[in-house]
Amino acid sequence: MEHDGTALRSGSGAALGFARALSEDITAFVLGVNLEAMADEAAKLAPALVADHPALSAPVADRWAHVIAKVARAQNAELIVATSTTWAKDIVSRAAGLLGGAMASDVIGHEMVDGELHLRRPMFAGAVNATIVLEGSPKIITVRPSAYDAPTAAATPFTIEAVATDAFDFGKLPNATQFESLDRKTGARPDVTEARIVVSGGRAFKNSEDFEQHVGGLADALGAATGSSRALVDAGITPNSLQVGQTGKIVAPELYLALGISGAVQHLAGMKNSRVIAAINQDSDAPIFEFADYGLVGDVYEEVPRLIAELNSGQ
Amino acid sequence: MKILVPCKRVPDPDQKLRLNAETVGIDPAALTYILNPFDAIAVEEALRIRETAHPDAEVIAVSIAPAEGEADLRTALAMGADRALLIEHNDPTDPWNVARLLAAVIEHEQPTLVLMGKQAVDDDANQTGQFLAAQLGWPQATFASQIEFIDDGIRVHRETDLGIEVIRTTLPAIVTADLRLNEPRYASLPSILRAKKKSIEQTTPAKLGVQLELRVRLIGMELINSQRHCEKVETASNLLAKLRETEVVG
Repeated sequence: MEHDGTALRSGSGAALGFARALSEDITAFVLGVNLEAMADEAAKLAPALVADHPALSAPVADRWAHVIAKVARAQNAELIVATSTTWAKDIVSRAAGLLGGAMASDVIGHEMVDGELHLRRPMFAGAVNATIVLEGSPKIITVRPSAYDAPTAAATPFTIEAVATDAFDFGKLPNATQFESLDRKTGARPDVTEARIVVSGGRAFKNSEDFEQHVGGLADALGAATGSSRALVDAGITPNSLQVGQTGKIVAPELYLALGISGAVQHLAGMKNSRVIAAINQDSDAPIFEFADYGLVGDVYEEVPRLIAELNSGQ
Repeated sequence: MKILVPCKRVPDPDQKLRLNAETVGIDPAALTYILNPFDAIAVEEALRIRETAHPDAEVIAVSIAPAEGEADLRTALAMGADRALLIEHNDPTDPWNVARLLAAVIEHEQPTLVLMGKQAVDDDANQTGQFLAAQLGWPQATFASQIEFIDDGIRVHRETDLGIEVIRTTLPAIVTADLRLNEPRYASLPSILRAKKKSIEQTTPAKLGVQLELRVRLIGMELINSQRHCEKVETASNLLAKLRETEVVG
């Protein structure tokens, strides 16, 4: 279970949801330091196993993967599941490399067929859904947070157990990598991967001020997160952390508003599973309209201020 | 110092894909291929390291592909790689076995640094670098947006969901390149012509002593088309009304 040092990441329950769909015998494993609050949170969803030690103060891949692999072996785990994030891609993939490499990333669906676990995952920037079977055990799987719901919290919490520390010599974990710093994104707006509404801007916006005024302004009027196409990140208009797409964030909010975004395949890969998609674009033939539920053909510099004004006037 | 850059041959993402008749793969007819864009970033970074911090560096591009994969290695040579090695292999593979083949090459070449793309834009797995690091017991720095050489290794800026993380690690190490690490150069015409004349070293999984054991079995594929029908509205006000109907907007 991924956490940020103070709480579990909001999508982390999806991994438990997937695991619960396949087995009654699941354990929520949390590792790090000073984990009391996170362990309590995890124990609302499943029996929790905790590796709490100062040697795990920062999520460094070689150390954390070593611990995950060792615990997985000690528990005879057949499935190791995590929610697909940069944390899981870094650390859980390395753990999979220690456990034999039977891994599927970004799983969005599954089915048991003749006793075999069929997994569905997107490929080619989401142009294709592939169905695969993993050979060997344990199987390591990351799931998209939008594809699975967390189990409902139990009225009485499950047990919390510490890993048997004699199984580890915490002083002898891999030591080649040192954490130096994390420049946390700060800002009043919600995180793009966690928001109910995402307002996203594309090439139509010519500079950072215009982006902030229109995309930021509409996001604030809606209580939404802001996102961006790759073109604006490449142009230095928006920061990396806002990029939605195959190589950026994968989002699936209740509402995705695409402003001045043409709809390149790699962008669609990051947002096309949103529940409702609305687009404003000057080009009536822009591919984004094929993936939208509602479309307005027009100039974002004219239409967005109208939306903001109407929302702020409370009409 | 040797820098090894694994290079994957992938279908150009800017083309319409069709499935094969069995719907368990992409129809190879008329497909064009390119060097995986993230691997091109890794090649570029290796060249910049040779041009700045380590003029003695030797940059070696490695690909696992059918014979046609030479074309993508020539792209790396034209950009400036010193050597290229093709592990000729015609059948499907997966990240686990790619990592095993690369580990066998690494055992022989003994590079100080392995620089590779964070993911390939065909299977989007984002696993091979991590598997390779685990198999070798080397440290890893994934999703790199900046690499700096320091006394006892490298300092790497990593793009994570929570923000930019900075780590330092000893060498040898595996670094996977994110989009913002650099912008790959275009090869000049003379260097493309020169690259055509360079020889490409050849080997096979058998010669490397690796027998593939697939971990991922592909059962089927389906093309994803949009299921949505776009309702066009005339004004911003109409759009807002439609969004309120969905009850997402209050």
